[in-house]
Amino acid sequence: MLENIKEFASEFFVTGDPLIYGADVSIALVTIAIVAGLTYFKKWKWLWRNWLTTVDHKKIGIMYILAAIIMMFRGGVDALMMRTQLAIPNFEFLHPEHYNQVFTTHGVVMILFMAMPFMFGLFNVVVPLQIGARDVAFPFLNSLSFWLFFLGAMLFNLSFVIGGSPDAGWLSYPPLSELQFNPGPGQNFYIWGIQISGIGSLATGINFLVTIIKMRAPGMTMMKMPMFTWSVFATCVIIIFAFPILTVTLALLFLDRFGGGHFFTLDGGGNPMMYINLIWMWGHPEVYIVILPAFGIFSEIVSVFSRKKLFGYTSMVFAMMIIAFVSFFTWAHHFFTMGSGADVNAFFAISTMLIAIPTGVKIFNWLFTMYRGRIRFDLPMLWTVAFIPAFIVGGMTGVLLAVAPADFQYHNSYFLIAHFHQVLIGGVVFGYFAGMYYWWPKMFGFKLNETLGRWSFWFWNIGFYVCFMPQYLLGLMGMTRRVSTFDWDTGWGPLNVVSTVGAYLMGIAFVFQAIQIAYSFKYREKDTTGDIWDAHTLEWTIPSPAPEYNFAITPVVDSRDPLWVEKQRRAAGKLPKKDAKPKYEPIHMPSNSGIPIVFSTFFFIAGFGFTFHWVWMAVLGLAGVLACMVVRSMNDDEGFYIPAEEVEKTEASLRGTL
Amino acid sequence: MAQAVSQNDHGHHDHGHHDPQELKMLGFWIFLITDVVLFGTLFATYVVLHNNTAGGPSAHEVFEMPGVIAETFILLTSSFTSGLAVLAMNKGNVKQLIAWLIVTFILGAAFIGLEVQEFVHLVHEGFNFGTSAFSTSFFTLVGTHGLHVSMGLGWMILLIIQLSRRGINDVTRGKVNVISLYWHFLDAVWIFLLSVVYLMGVM
Repeated sequence: MLENIKEFASEFFVTGDPLIYGADVSIALVTIAIVAGLTYFKKWKWLWRNWLTTVDHKKIGIMYILAAIIMMFRGGVDALMMRTQLAIPNFEFLHPEHYNQVFTTHGVVMILFMAMPFMFGLFNVVVPLQIGARDVAFPFLNSLSFWLFFLGAMLFNLSFVIGGSPDAGWLSYPPLSELQFNPGPGQNFYIWGIQISGIGSLATGINFLVTIIKMRAPGMTMMKMPMFTWSVFATCVIIIFAFPILTVTLALLFLDRFGGGHFFTLDGGGNPMMYINLIWMWGHPEVYIVILPAFGIFSEIVSVFSRKKLFGYTSMVFAMMIIAFVSFFTWAHHFFTMGSGADVNAFFAISTMLIAIPTGVKIFNWLFTMYRGRIRFDLPMLWTVAFIPAFIVGGMTGVLLAVAPADFQYHNSYFLIAHFHQVLIGGVVFGYFAGMYYWWPKMFGFKLNETLGRWSFWFWNIGFYVCFMPQYLLGLMGMTRRVSTFDWDTGWGPLNVVSTVGAYLMGIAFVFQAIQIAYSFKYREKDTTGDIWDAHTLEWTIPSPAPEYNFAITPVVDSRDPLWVEKQRRAAGKLPKKDAKPKYEPIHMPSNSGIPIVFSTFFFIAGFGFTFHWVWMAVLGLAGVLACMVVRSMNDDEGFYIPAEEVEKTEASLRGTL
Repeated sequence: MAQAVSQNDHGHHDHGHHDPQELKMLGFWIFLITDVVLFGTLFATYVVLHNNTAGGPSAHEVFEMPGVIAETFILLTSSFTSGLAVLAMNKGNVKQLIAWLIVTFILGAAFIGLEVQEFVHLVHEGFNFGTSAFSTSFFTLVGTHGLHVSMGLGWMILLIIQLSRRGINDVTRGKVNVISLYWHFLDAVWIFLLSVVYLMGVM
């Protein structure tokens, strides 16, 4: 009996690596500390009531962003391990198999469990406030989306200590990811972790699309929407067309592995290229999914901090929608070398280059917005300004990669690695940081410390260029991606050392940000204005942090920058100094629900069962999922009203007029 | 503090409040778009792989049209009866509504029964999920449609229970509209299945 348990444990848990034992211990200690802390401070009920069951978009947004920052830490540690391994030729820090796992999880975590939730967090915090809505269209579904994402991410991360991590690359091309070559549970963790969180992403896309189409404040026509809301709209359109493809592709790979199918196998008539086409039909739109909201964030910030209206609003909208459309016709540029023929390659090369045109339009619009503006260099603006050169270089190298004949030279080389990190860090990460700094006061009611933020900013920026500029050269020198080591005589040594130094500088920058957040919480100064940046849009007309019902009185909008116009009118004496006392009405609110977290936990159980081929557990999990759906369908809870007197009291105390 | 809302004051609209049924209808239409993409991807996979029989049987060797034609007529009829259910609802006749839903359910269940029988038959003939890329993509595409229909059947039972308990109100009316939309959608998908998989298979 004991022998059996021992044998099971040695296969179930990942063993034999001191790094992983270290991780085991730290995970166990952190878990114990959290459980003990919650119990000691009697916070379980508080946690359940206020956070785990909440349907409030603002709280869900904060949970998304928190999860994204934790995942950024995990993905960042992966990155540092890889750069450490590559610092010196023939270095033996990670075994090749372990290196494969690390680059796989780094990619998956950063794109799907860092960028996506960071983005959804900002959607949640900002969009309803920006369009003057009380909540999103489907608050329950919103909570469900978050928990599906979160438990999907947890399932994926579990592979680190249980069963073994996936190691077939972040998109897991077959035949390497098929059962024949990858029999362990790692690949199943990949499939189910992404599948579960992907369903959540799809639901979020539907939810925000309906929210934006149906719930805008009176007077806010589509062409009066704030630019960030437009970017969310464009992103959601891409999500609803792209994510089903991901769902199907992962399901097909699962059927191959679990049911003995022949979609992508080498035998039985399967076609691995089919997978590669399908996954990039999702994967390429996916990179536009994460970059478009960053464009929206920059548009907001650049106009507020230049104290001007956004230059070229209409062209911005068109540029965004054109990018959303063309993004579906570029996927094959990820495999020009696979022999689709000159005609196909020419089509995809041209469609890829076309994207540079609307993107260029946007860059010029931001520059012209800054032109003759009175620019303030607060943290959000600093990140925006840093984004522009980073993205121009990244974009230009992207066009170089789009030249199909030339791509045969640098396909899958470090040139590519440098390119996509430049657009994903320089574009997406800088953008989300800018957004986080900009909307932080709206989320928590205080600003993040400026000095620490500047330290972090410079470390990020210098580290970023030191890390990735050498990689362009390494790519041209012939270094390919995913090599775990190289020889002295390749001549790649010096540039790799430099690149590693850059990676560690970014690591230090992240530490500065962590300190910044902790410090700012401790020494926070409450913002009493609600409009700390002298901004333009509706979210800044209400107190910070926003009350649970957002707007006591639904605002009426007649311009693109309603708050900005109102402030100008007020200054010109065209509006009374003080508004007449508003007449409050009862506000309808959705009730909290425990179903989303339970539903997602059952999904997690099902995924775990499938991962280990424990059918009983998978069936149990799926039965739980169905039971939750039944309970939800039969439930007739329709929320509650906040009485008018209570709204009045809350408003008075938040606005300091009690 | 908060006051509970009673069931019947649902219909009234307060200032700036959005009609939840209208939101749900739009949300469901968008969901159907995602389902179109889902089936589109499966169709594309099938079309690419359907000649890869790897020495196993090909389409015109395994498909038997009589059963498929019967399935088609049953499903089309069920789409019609689900439409009659909505008409009964619009007349406010809850008994007729439930009756038509039950008819729709029975036809849907018959469809699933025939499909399962067809699958069992195919497996007995030696044409199973792992035979070839053709068989894998066939079972996945047709099976996914069947799974959708089965989910719809389960949902219909829940709806019949709710209707018999609560009658026709804003919430149940929204749900009936949504499920009827879903049912028509599955019907349309079946027409494509019939044409692309079966008719082109035996041609």
